[in-house]
Amino acid sequence: MKLGLVIDLDTCVGCHACAVACKEWNGSSAISGPLSDYQPYGPEPSGVWFNRIRHYEVGEYPGSKTLNVPMSCMHCEDAACVTVCPTGASYKRSDGIVLVDEDKCMGCNYCAWACPYGARELDDSTGTMKKCTLCADRIYDELLPPEDRQPACVLACPTHARFFGDLDDPGSAVSQLVRSREGFAMLPELGYQPVNRYLPPRRPPEIAVDAAPRPSLAGRLKSLVNRVVRR
Amino acid sequence: MRPPLSVVFFTVLSGAGLGLFAVLVMADLLPIGTVLSQRARMTAGAAALALVAAGLASSVLHLASPRNAWRALSRFRHSWLSREGIVSLAFFPFAIAYLVALYSGAGTTLRAAVGLPGVVLALGVLFCTGMIYACLKTIPQWHSWLTPANYLALGLASGALGLALAAALDRAGAAALERVAVFLFAGAAGLKVAYYVHARRVSGAHTLAAAVGMTAAQVKLLDVGHSHRTFLTREFIDRSARRYASELRFVVAVAGFAIPLVVLSGALPSPPALAFACASCLTGLLVERWLFFAEADHVVRLYHGQPRV
Repeated sequence: MKLGLVIDLDTCVGCHACAVACKEWNGSSAISGPLSDYQPYGPEPSGVWFNRIRHYEVGEYPGSKTLNVPMSCMHCEDAACVTVCPTGASYKRSDGIVLVDEDKCMGCNYCAWACPYGARELDDSTGTMKKCTLCADRIYDELLPPEDRQPACVLACPTHARFFGDLDDPGSAVSQLVRSREGFAMLPELGYQPVNRYLPPRRPPEIAVDAAPRPSLAGRLKSLVNRVVRR
Repeated sequence: MRPPLSVVFFTVLSGAGLGLFAVLVMADLLPIGTVLSQRARMTAGAAALALVAAGLASSVLHLASPRNAWRALSRFRHSWLSREGIVSLAFFPFAIAYLVALYSGAGTTLRAAVGLPGVVLALGVLFCTGMIYACLKTIPQWHSWLTPANYLALGLASGALGLALAAALDRAGAAALERVAVFLFAGAAGLKVAYYVHARRVSGAHTLAAAVGMTAAQVKLLDVGHSHRTFLTREFIDRSARRYASELRFVVAVAGFAIPLVVLSGALPSPPALAFACASCLTGLLVERWLFFAEADHVVRLYHGQPRV
């Protein structure tokens, strides 16, 4: 099993709702919380986030496009953060989710250095490393209605740009989506086999810009009359 | 990268201590060390242990949760950091046993029996420290055999300089030891130059456009999505650390390599000159280690707008 996210860069509008929903759910979660805020009402508010959205311009004006790129843990198959962790606090579950056991973490930052995606952040208030849990405490919760057993970011997305599922199963909805839209992984050349996939922006629909069709005889007459007659 | 000061002190101090121990044991067992008196050997051995212990104590300071530091011994099979911890703890019994053997005037066989495993472990710690950084593919400059080679060479060179000082303090003319130190310093300087050549060669291999999957187009950052400093900007993005990089590289070349080489090459350097060379070398190596971190480019900088890493 390779649970992960598929993110549609074509429909993402960069509203940060996924990041806010993530912070809301995981901040009070038993496995990851709290997600500390540093001086939230001070002059330079900062804090721990599992999901950050950055905005890029692709191509050159006037043919350019804004690309909103949400990034969180890619739950790599060969996760470097787990390999380098000296205490065994970072681990990968059989369902593919990479987690941190905060009772074992000594806060050495080594895993954050090993992660190419900036998916791990040290919480200064607890002194432990924190990261996306893929809402492991939601997706198996049988008290929730089945449609709600998804990560908070996926449920919050107002443009349905985020999808959650098993990317190991070629028949799953996410796998089919990745195939049909040619989804790609980020920085695959580093060899960590990230599981999350991004769907590239679609080619914009061609809009015909031919000359306007020749007006009918009645239309031409009308415009001639309009030019002569003063109303 | 933000240079973690405690790690800078740790790697330089314990590097020098481990190098000193390795050079001391080799000099003790080979004919080259016959000029060393019992007192000089004991001084050097005790200094080596003190440096390693001070370095290890310093390394704990960069942990956000030191209460869990003991768990770092548990992942020997996967993590170079864990291996470093285990090998450095294994080094102490052998080093202490060697010092006791030296103190009690034990025979060469016994000194070799505890000293040689100690040398292997000391070199092992230096190698593990280098591999901690060399195994990170996220920092292309570090991802090379040159990183552990640099750690080994600098540890041995600074250790050899320390042993030359211990010999000089005892008024022993140890010209052979100084020649060994000159050779080690020249080798370390060569490896450092090779490291910089390698760093320049690999920089720019990763691009922002490729990192966001838009290989065919030009990509630039519009907005990074946060208004103030984050863990990521503090740890990986902040460039202020390298504002004086070129000046500091000069300091490394002069204080870390040139001054020790000049002093060691002179005919029978005096103890004050060697002490000055040691102080200069330690300063130079602290700056060198600081730059090692400050100049490292992590690939997460791409996502924060740096066009190439």
